[in-house]
Amino acid sequence: MAFRSAVITFPGSNCDRDMAVALEEVSGTAPHRVWHGDAELPAGLDFIALPGGFSYGDYLRSGAMAARSPIMQAVIAAAGRGVPVLGVCNGFQVLTEAGLLPGALMRNAGIRFVCRSVALDVANAQSLFTSGYAAGQRIHIPVAHHDGNYFADAATLDRLEGEGRVAFRYAEPVNGSARAIAGVLNEAGNVLGMMPHPERAIDPVHGGTDGRALFEAAVRALASA
Amino acid sequence: MKVRVHVSLKNGVLDPQGRAIHHAIEGLGFAGVKDVRAGRLFELEVDDSVTDAALEDMAGKLLANMVIENYRIERVAG
Repeated sequence: MAFRSAVITFPGSNCDRDMAVALEEVSGTAPHRVWHGDAELPAGLDFIALPGGFSYGDYLRSGAMAARSPIMQAVIAAAGRGVPVLGVCNGFQVLTEAGLLPGALMRNAGIRFVCRSVALDVANAQSLFTSGYAAGQRIHIPVAHHDGNYFADAATLDRLEGEGRVAFRYAEPVNGSARAIAGVLNEAGNVLGMMPHPERAIDPVHGGTDGRALFEAAVRALASA
Repeated sequence: MKVRVHVSLKNGVLDPQGRAIHHAIEGLGFAGVKDVRAGRLFELEVDDSVTDAALEDMAGKLLANMVIENYRIERVAG
């Protein structure tokens, strides 16, 4: 069964091609490329990816403008129906701004843009995105962001941790994120937002392949659904 | 008429930019500044018919991110 995925491109997205290559490489099927101004998604999608970049030049707040673009109403509706949605970096910022994930991504605590491979611990290895990892597994994935400092109030953080919705944690200081959170899941488990870029770690020439298991897990989840 | 929407970080939300600005103020030799919090000011030119409720809606839905920010709306005469 073909894996029907879509990569959304906003003005200023710059990891959309990397995301499309990763999805095609792992699933064997090229994703649909969808423009932010479209009002509808292709029918019957199995997976939606919001890529990294600097949509709308990060005007207002990172992800704020993209979250209000026409296609996001369709993404929100699809997420509500249970379609898996992955937001990476700017995509994570868009998901929080759109209200699909709790919290907000603020300026890095150290002010500087951080661009390097970082160590992550897999906090939840049971989601459709993370079942290819072992709980507590240490993986290495690149980050490249200025606004990755995850913030939510204490009650929300407690709830996320209590419900197993922290997918990944930084295993080293990166950006000042609350409780070292690098990626979070929505309540139903079909929406994942993460600052690190798994699509930049799927081939040995990337310097690492630890991101590959995330896409493989999503493809496997569909095949067994 | 002109409307100003002031957006500021909620108390308790760390503000790395404000901290860096504070540091720069001290670096310029100004003493006695205890804290700096960075915010934003939006100036809207609106028809008189735009209601307070609509302005609240704009501020809460877009201009401010209510997870981390508060807003204050000020109608400016003239």
